[in-house]
Amino acid sequence: MSMNFKELVKDFTNGLWAENPIIRLVIGMCPTLAVTNTASNGLAMGLATSFVLIMSEIVISIIKKLIPANVRIPSYILIIATFVTFTDYFLKAFFPGIAASLSIFIPLIVVNCLILGRQEAFASKNPTHRAIADGLGMGIGFTWVLTLLGIIREVFGMGSIFGFQVLGEWYRPMVIMVLPAGAFITLGILVGIMNQISREGK
Amino acid sequence: MNNELIVTSSPHVRSQDSVKKIMWSVVLALLPAVFAAVYFFKARAISVVLTAVVGAVLTEYIFQKVRNKKIAIDDGSAVVTGLLLALTLPPSIPLWTAFFGSVVAIGLGKQVFGGIGQNPFNPALVGRAFLTAAYPVLMTTWTVDGVSTATPLSKMKMDGIATDTWNLFVGQIGGSLGETSALALLLGFAYLLYKGYVNWRIPLAMVGTVFVGTFAFGADPIFHLFGGGLMLGALFMATDMVSSPTTKNGRWIFGLGAGLLVVVIRLWGGYPEGVMYSILLMNTAVPLIDRYTRPRSLGEVK
Repeated sequence: MSMNFKELVKDFTNGLWAENPIIRLVIGMCPTLAVTNTASNGLAMGLATSFVLIMSEIVISIIKKLIPANVRIPSYILIIATFVTFTDYFLKAFFPGIAASLSIFIPLIVVNCLILGRQEAFASKNPTHRAIADGLGMGIGFTWVLTLLGIIREVFGMGSIFGFQVLGEWYRPMVIMVLPAGAFITLGILVGIMNQISREGK
Repeated sequence: MNNELIVTSSPHVRSQDSVKKIMWSVVLALLPAVFAAVYFFKARAISVVLTAVVGAVLTEYIFQKVRNKKIAIDDGSAVVTGLLLALTLPPSIPLWTAFFGSVVAIGLGKQVFGGIGQNPFNPALVGRAFLTAAYPVLMTTWTVDGVSTATPLSKMKMDGIATDTWNLFVGQIGGSLGETSALALLLGFAYLLYKGYVNWRIPLAMVGTVFVGTFAFGADPIFHLFGGGLMLGALFMATDMVSSPTTKNGRWIFGLGAGLLVVVIRLWGGYPEGVMYSILLMNTAVPLIDRYTRPRSLGEVK
């Protein structure tokens, strides 16, 4: 087995920063903007998406030679949908609160272009161990940005983080931050700051 | 003297006007409205106006400093934004909110796009829109002489009560600092017209459309002309040089569209007032309007 450790590390860290799905590739915007109104929603959405992403990357990288090229997209979607259904039922059974607050956005993971994009760009061309590294990196990259967005919006919009009040009575919550407009503003500023950081690093 | 011998490529602009000159003229033109605000809302108006202006200029300075650009706070554009924002705020607004609104107006409305000349939206309205969405309660509490009151538009919308027309025109009504006195606004606008620093097509089209539109649908057109932010918006915000169309036909279209949106929002929308959103929405359409109303070059064949 020709396991190149360096290559694996690179596949993994790729998603964390250099090709971060949200701040670099700007894909998967629908859940990014819709459900990051609180830190816990952002974290839950990130984890759910990561699970689907990693599992479908594993399956697709294993059976990639069996899938005919001209029906590959429907095949990928079917595999992704299987894991989304799995996630949906799992959350409903064990975390009904989170399932209720994420509502329609759990089934909608199936159309998250991050997931299909990684199958097409990575899992369908690379061996399984590399696909796992890529899925982990992209998943964690997606999750940390979503959680950060959720934290920022929750602090300004409600004065709390993960439901714990951090700002006192003096703070007047900004309603806009928990509305969709707040997501656009926060994401825009965040991407700007990240661009500035990576530009200075060069 | 040396200027006569300089050879440059076109366009050969011979005007003596500069950004600085125009912006300070706009400040001057806004002073009647500021004085009217001080007359009607007393010392409160002074502190809100000063806070907003200081906030705007300070934000502009910090952004230019951090981004290593030339410090150009003396060009007056930040002062104009701060003044305009202050004039759209309710008199009872807490001072920190006014300050914060100015930071958003200059920061998110102007500097993130690259500073003066680059902003697609009117910065003052961006600040106001942010405050309206962030603190809806603070932004809709109106007081005159220490007594809480509804604005004429919301009185009309919620309770069907009309307000005396002369009071509307002079400004003895509830409302934002600068929107109440149409008289003061018109005075300032006349000065800008006289100096040639403002285009008359947008305000005329916008006010005209609201007049005709409200009349056509059975509302009182005079009331709608003076009973809200229409005068302030049409005269000083829709005419913003950066965020309005550059072609003559484009300006007619811009004013018409903004006027129609005001009529739609006021008569059928959920908000009593719609001038802010109308102008912001039309701002987004400006690149398209400019593109389709571009005059044909001499000899151009389609």
